Amino acid sequence: MGVEPKSGSSGVVTTSLDKMVNWARTGSLWPMTFGLACCAIEMMAMQASNYDMSRFGMELMRASPRQSDLMIVAGRVSQKMGPVLRNLYDQMPDPKWVIAMGDCASCGGVYNNYAVYQGVDEIVPVDVYVAGCPPRPEGLIHGILTLYEKIRTEKVSDWK
Amino acid sequence: MREIQEFTLEELKHHLSEKAFSGQTVVLNMGPQHPSTHGVLRLILELDGEIIVNCIPDVGYLHTGIEKTMESKTYQKAEVLVDRMDYMYAMGNTLVYSLAVEKLIGLQPPPRAEAIRVILTELSRIQSHLLWLGTSALDLAAQSTFLYTMRERELILDIFELVSGARMMTTFIRPGGLWRDVPVQFEKMVRDFTKVMPKRMAEYESMLTRNPLFLDRTKGIGKIDTRTCLAYDVTGPTLRASGLAHDVRKSNPYSGYDLYDFDIPTQSEGDVYARYLVRMEEMRQSVRIIEQAMDKLPYGPVRDPNYKYVPPPRSEIGVSMEALIHHFKLWTEGFIPPKGAVYTAVESPRGEMGVFMESNGTPKPYRVHYRTPSGPLLHALPVIAKGHFVADMIGIIGSIDIVLGDCDR
Repeated sequence: MGVEPKSGSSGVVTTSLDKMVNWARTGSLWPMTFGLACCAIEMMAMQASNYDMSRFGMELMRASPRQSDLMIVAGRVSQKMGPVLRNLYDQMPDPKWVIAMGDCASCGGVYNNYAVYQGVDEIVPVDVYVAGCPPRPEGLIHGILTLYEKIRTEKVSDWK
Repeated sequence: MREIQEFTLEELKHHLSEKAFSGQTVVLNMGPQHPSTHGVLRLILELDGEIIVNCIPDVGYLHTGIEKTMESKTYQKAEVLVDRMDYMYAMGNTLVYSLAVEKLIGLQPPPRAEAIRVILTELSRIQSHLLWLGTSALDLAAQSTFLYTMRERELILDIFELVSGARMMTTFIRPGGLWRDVPVQFEKMVRDFTKVMPKRMAEYESMLTRNPLFLDRTKGIGKIDTRTCLAYDVTGPTLRASGLAHDVRKSNPYSGYDLYDFDIPTQSEGDVYARYLVRMEEMRQSVRIIEQAMDKLPYGPVRDPNYKYVPPPRSEIGVSMEALIHHFKLWTEGFIPPKGAVYTAVESPRGEMGVFMESNGTPKPYRVHYRTPSGPLLHALPVIAKGHFVADMIGIIGSIDIVLGDCDR
């Protein structure tokens, strides 16, 4: 991206379409409020006063999957919840990303038993895994910034 | 992957009225992904216009099999799972578990451990109530309260992090005492918190208690009387808001609660507003208990010295062969409590939380069953919600303060 000075005060920015689109996408991710268990509390803490995720362009949590482009799976996914999660993921419009927040969503965590999916990647494709039980809000912010880095490498033609 | 569980009207016929079959009323699904169900609660509502005729809670979306998993773990390892049940009262979950193991074996935690347990569980109660206040006000469209309460909640989580290294899932309270003694900064941090908390409480009250918008949404909504509460086994602030001063901390004192002077706040209306007032007053009483406990915090050991059951301190392992052997035995095969079954209960922010534990003479518990307060609250929800608007349902769910991890386990 470079600014080329022209006559007068107006400037022209030259860039590629991919960079422009990715810049817009990283600046305005709308996550879905998908709190399942303990991690949801830390996800709320991330939104609240001390950590304040709006600094990174994410103050708007949407309750509807049709208005959101990021699913933060915060908590353990039980066998009963799994199909609901998949259904919600399918309802989200492209482009969409998934963050598996916490050990339970990443790999089953401490629950190696009949009731819990051993990682949410059995159901939906996951972009970023955040470790911790539950992760600190800083950990989740780091996960989201890692997702930003991933989005910056994407091409518009990846999402058709 | 399984299919989403769907119900036909025929399957629900025992819960619905006749009108649902003729199409005069509408059956509406609410949840499990709904921003105000405080987790993954699914409600099936039968509506006449906007009035709720019947309400059917469908739980189990967070069923984690914790009780079953505990049967395959030793007593020390099973405790880690307990934290994650009622994740808003993790300290209390481990406390009631430790009390049960102690009763089974006959361990007696030292007075310092008991006092620190009281301080930490009361802090835990305050942070649970703070989150409840923030989110239930948020559901009733009072956005700013959430930002204020989460600010104070961080102060408490900092204390938890200081003592245990974790913000929420601490496993700090162990059978026989505590994991370790609290650091020296603990006293100052707790004192700072108890000093600042009453002022912050006044801030919340100035935002809500006499706010006409808040009063309209809460007064006279979601009434439940004492008799119905008792019939449905409802305990905690919901019961106390209906007029009965029942509190496990007073009726069956544990961990030295009989040493402290505190009141049980009650209200008589039993509506959403009464529950709000009860919880606000409970936070003040918790601050009072913490101040008293800090004033007479005794010095001394924090673990029972019975090393057959309680791990010896780290400092002894380097110098004592006995301690090393005990440590090795405890962390490889665990300890074996005598045969028997016990029940202990504590007062959680939602009501009576009890644990039934049965030992069959092996290092692993034969059965651990938690009696959690959120289940009965959900049983009573259809009774509370009947005849109200759908919009009031949001306030009612917020006011009974359910935690689905507590209910489903």
